[in-house]
Amino acid sequence: MTEILSFKNVSFSYSPEKADVRKAVDNVSFSVEEGEWIAIVGHNGSGKSTMVKMVCGLLFPQEGEIRVMGNVLSEENLWDIRSKIGMVFQNPDNQFVGATVQDDVAFALENNGIPYEEMVERVTSSLKRVKMYEFLNHEPHHLSGGQKQRVAIAGALAMHPKLLILDEATSMLDPQGREEVLQTVLDLRKEIGLTVLSITHDVEEALLADRIIFMNQGKKYAEGTPEEIFALGDKLIEFGLELPFAMRMSKLLQEKGVPLAGKNLTEEELVNDLWTSNFRK
Amino acid sequence: MMEKMIFGRFIPGNSFIHQLDPRSKLVFTFIFVIIVFLANNSITYGLLLAFTLFVILISKIRLYFLVNGLKPVIILLLFTFLIHILFTREGNVLLDLGFLKIYEGGLRQGIFISIRFTVLVFMTTILTLTTSPISITDGLEVLLNPLKKLKLPIHELALMMSIALRFIPTLMDETDKIMKAQMARGSDLGSGPIKDRVKAVVPLLVPLFVSAFKRAEDLATAMEVRGYRGGEGRTRYRRLKWDAKDTICIISLVLLTALLIFFRS
Repeated sequence: MTEILSFKNVSFSYSPEKADVRKAVDNVSFSVEEGEWIAIVGHNGSGKSTMVKMVCGLLFPQEGEIRVMGNVLSEENLWDIRSKIGMVFQNPDNQFVGATVQDDVAFALENNGIPYEEMVERVTSSLKRVKMYEFLNHEPHHLSGGQKQRVAIAGALAMHPKLLILDEATSMLDPQGREEVLQTVLDLRKEIGLTVLSITHDVEEALLADRIIFMNQGKKYAEGTPEEIFALGDKLIEFGLELPFAMRMSKLLQEKGVPLAGKNLTEEELVNDLWTSNFRK
Repeated sequence: MMEKMIFGRFIPGNSFIHQLDPRSKLVFTFIFVIIVFLANNSITYGLLLAFTLFVILISKIRLYFLVNGLKPVIILLLFTFLIHILFTREGNVLLDLGFLKIYEGGLRQGIFISIRFTVLVFMTTILTLTTSPISITDGLEVLLNPLKKLKLPIHELALMMSIALRFIPTLMDETDKIMKAQMARGSDLGSGPIKDRVKAVVPLLVPLFVSAFKRAEDLATAMEVRGYRGGEGRTRYRRLKWDAKDTICIISLVLLTALLIFFRS
């Protein structure tokens, strides 16, 4: 497997001249392989957003190096790297540049000087991918939040990115919109094997990832599969994160004396555990 | 109030005028505004009026709708008409009321100026009624392109305009939200003397500006990440197509100009 992104001992401080100010990102290392879904979780001020800004070259690390597709990110290859990364931001309204859905999807293509015929083809195919093709000529204020985020994903897909970054992309959506967006990402991973890096404080979203990186106070606190991370239990709650609903539910049930076998990360596991629990008595 | 105003509004449709390229419409309207001043007698003013009515007819916009929407302009029109009737003293006296005399020249001048005014307002309104703001922006960008040689930032201007247009509904929603939030806290926006009402707008504008700046910052980041580096090396997704209809439109303008020059006295 090829490596898409790696952080090596990366540190960043918003006021580097002051030694007593805590660094926003402090000596963080991790890597993302092709086809993986990595979630970065942590509460506000844990350094998640600063890390994202460094991936797309909006900020440069003061120490350490960031490699994107094997190349060290620098001023010279910045635009080249940006064209290979798709990003979806938090606020659906503030990232919609075009006047209509198709104009917005074409925006990145226009910027990169893609010829007209190819643009039309790419806009069509990426809108079909996120199931927004019939909204081609709609204006943004006639779309729901979830639809706007799907258009943003289409805009990123049109550039055939190696990496899709979701920067709290679902945090401003209603449950239905969140479901729509996450389902779209799941489908895309199945269809084209997209690599995804999602920054979130929604535990249910983090559960979908292959690996979770848990940030606290600018430092990487833990890294592992969802099972490993949520096994930390009380530590997570201490750092301002919630446990998944099914896990909280099983804990409460166990306290009430229901003999459950496992931790039960997802609802399905919990249901299976529940209906077999009587056999274990 | 907003629903009745038709200045700057766009009504989607599929008429001949709607299908024209924004460039030809812009050039047409611009030149038309100039040649209106060629008219100076009954025949030429009649020509202009007939031409405008013809354009309204093929644009499939109902005349009633147009006139109704331009009511504020009609007051202005009547005012100019009256001024001309009362103060121009030329030709025979048509009506003598003792304290006021109405001259033939005054009446004629009043009618001419009214026609000129009506024709100008109708034509420019038809341009905005039949062309979406974004097409107008595209058209302007292409037409103003030669000015790039003078180092004028035409691409940036056009982009600014299209972003501004795109954010109008977003900011309207936001204003609505802030208004409701302030009303829920007991601020009274709709009544009292003017001074109080102006003061009540301040707690509305401040949050609106703050959020607009926040949006601008987010948008700039999003644009940069999506590879926006100014107009250099950029391709265009929106394409303008010049076809036979546009040529017809320009030919009709040339014909009209020729007729006006021929018949003017």
